[in-house]
Amino acid sequence: MQDTIAHLKRGEKGIIVDVSSIHIPLKLLEMGCLPGNSVELVQLAPFQDPMYLNINGTHLAIRKETATHILIEKITHE
Amino acid sequence: MSKQINVALIGNPNTGKTSVFNALTGLNQKVGNYPGITVEKKEGICKLPRGVKAHIIDLPGTYSLNASSLDENVVIELLLNKNDKDFPDIAVVISDVENLKRNLLLFTQIKDLEIPTILVINMADRMNYKGISLDIDYLEEHLKTKIALISTRKNQGIENLKNLIANYKDISVTPCLNASEIDKDYFDNLRKAFPNQLLYKLWLVITQDVNFGKTERNEIDAVSNFKTKSKSDLKRLQQKETIKRYQFINDVLKIGQVIDVSQAKDLRTKLDRVLTHKVWGYFIFFIILLTIFQAIYDWSSVPMDFIDSAFASLSEWTKNQLPSGAFTSLLAEGIIPGLGGIVIFIPQIAFLFLFISVLEESGYMSRVVFLMDRVMRRFGLSGKSVVPLISGTACAIPAIMATRNIESWKERLITILVTPFTTCSARLPVYLIIIALVIPEGRIFGLGYQALTLMLLYLIGFGTAIISAYILNKILKIRSKTFFVIEMPNYKLPLFKNVALTVVEKTKSFVFGAGKIILAISIILWFLASYGPGEQFNDAENIVKTAYASENLTEEDLQQKIASHKLEHSFIGITGRAIEPAIRPLGYDWKIGIAIVSSFAAREVFVGTLATIYSVGSDEEETIKNRMAGEVNPILGGPLFTFASGISLLLFYAFAMQCMSTLAIVKRETNSWKWPTLQLVIMSGFAYIVALIAFQFLK
Repeated sequence: MQDTIAHLKRGEKGIIVDVSSIHIPLKLLEMGCLPGNSVELVQLAPFQDPMYLNINGTHLAIRKETATHILIEKITHE
Repeated sequence: MSKQINVALIGNPNTGKTSVFNALTGLNQKVGNYPGITVEKKEGICKLPRGVKAHIIDLPGTYSLNASSLDENVVIELLLNKNDKDFPDIAVVISDVENLKRNLLLFTQIKDLEIPTILVINMADRMNYKGISLDIDYLEEHLKTKIALISTRKNQGIENLKNLIANYKDISVTPCLNASEIDKDYFDNLRKAFPNQLLYKLWLVITQDVNFGKTERNEIDAVSNFKTKSKSDLKRLQQKETIKRYQFINDVLKIGQVIDVSQAKDLRTKLDRVLTHKVWGYFIFFIILLTIFQAIYDWSSVPMDFIDSAFASLSEWTKNQLPSGAFTSLLAEGIIPGLGGIVIFIPQIAFLFLFISVLEESGYMSRVVFLMDRVMRRFGLSGKSVVPLISGTACAIPAIMATRNIESWKERLITILVTPFTTCSARLPVYLIIIALVIPEGRIFGLGYQALTLMLLYLIGFGTAIISAYILNKILKIRSKTFFVIEMPNYKLPLFKNVALTVVEKTKSFVFGAGKIILAISIILWFLASYGPGEQFNDAENIVKTAYASENLTEEDLQQKIASHKLEHSFIGITGRAIEPAIRPLGYDWKIGIAIVSSFAAREVFVGTLATIYSVGSDEEETIKNRMAGEVNPILGGPLFTFASGISLLLFYAFAMQCMSTLAIVKRETNSWKWPTLQLVIMSGFAYIVALIAFQFLK
């Protein structure tokens, strides 16, 4: 199964793969949420929602529901 | 006289755009509204070198030219309309050095409109601190612009920016990239259909949300030989456009900007670890709120007492100094007490706006939004509803306007509907005076009863707002998108100048806005209280003298009786006693009734009204509070303001919808009379019932 931002744990990073879902607002893309960019989960509010992200240097928060539509590839630290 | 240059300041939120505006214009600015809508319009004048003047507009913050709110739409409407008198000769895009990449998206869009554009890179003083270095020559060449590196915090680079603005004619109008490459066929067709139009402008008009950009859309729909695309295809193209722009920006920044991460010092991470923590985050937020309320109650009570007694003395002084007559009594009994009722708010309003603007400027407010979103969603609200609910403690009007960035319509509507329950500053004077009258001064656990009562009233306000939101969420059948995106800006020490200007500006507009209403109402009230129809009023002296002829009254008592007889038979007395049956079960007399009726215009009128009514016919210098304490209940005897009637009145004011301006704003923001009408009927009806129950139980 493909990972999404919702699968990230605190401190984990990934590379955004696909943002073509209709459930992703254009505003998010404009803020830098684009394929190829890195994403890091900075902080979670209680109940894992919303998610505080660092996308390529831009810090923003989105709800988990939106996060499940943004496909990523996790960067694993070996 | 030389022509003024029109300058538009444009930029992402949190880039310090307003600081640049303040640095350029200083106190030479004015805040108004765009015609027909409630979006704030800030403009000012800036003196440039060689005697040229620039007219500067601070446009609302936006991430792109694809509007998703009323505020953002203002930017596009202006940039697309060459005939607008404010159409910029030059656009100044403000970016901040740490988010240059994201800020450039908007910049490249504006360049495509072929408007001369300067790029301002703000917060340049943080470059070393963040390990960033820029190749300005390279960036200027590839972005086809002039760059001004400035720091509003250190006051650097402003003069250079002014020079660049003055020489705006030297700036290139060539676009940075060719956006039409995203779909060649489509854009070729577009060009053929509208040969005389700017291509990118057409594209923006086509893709604007239909709710906002209505101006020129019709023209495009009217041309039959051009077929546009479906909504989802257009959105896909917008996505492609965004990706293409970022590719260009990445390529430019790869050479033009070097970031040495090892040099970066990160305060944000450390602060966020505490401030957004699952436990500490909420704890700190609670402490901050507590401090704010404590401060407002404690710090402002001294200047407020001073203002209250100063106006009482002024009124007395006027009466003694000026020759007696209708004008003097209008001044001393109508206008001065009325004005006092406005001026007395200034300390509290100023403190509230001070705290709110510090919270927003520092970047802390976004953290609160983050922390509260999940909790608020349970009640049908958004994390972003926290901002309106907090600023609602100052005034519901700006609070309701602050709901605009809530993406979901349902969450936004619920926020608008419940915000008026929060204890706005206009309720405060009513609360303060009644608390002072009916709540004893004792202390429990070191906390005063009076302060606790006030705290309780704030909690009741918030509680009712939250509970009604929960109910509305269950009742309202609205399906709407649930997007939620919020930027978490860097923490910043608030700039004194920005905070001070906000406080002065907001306080001023509150005082003058509310002031006009209060002044008008107090004049009307004075007339109604000083004149009356028929014999009962005009012949009051004889009637009273005859009635009390058998009793041996002192001259003073007799005058008192005459004055109150006159008041009872004046226009206002007749009206008041007509409505008295409706409010008597709540424990009020007709004077309070008049005050309640007149405070439907604005709550703060209450104290002013009572002040005016009580000062008509009274000779002594008295503060409003002492006059109220002396009032006697006409039916039950004893003081009018007892514990029961006081609590009843407090609760009435906590729930009732008594603010015409709020209703007008709700009408404008929801675009329907349905919601404000519901608010008025339900809130005031509920207030009546609660006040009735409270009085009947407590009396």
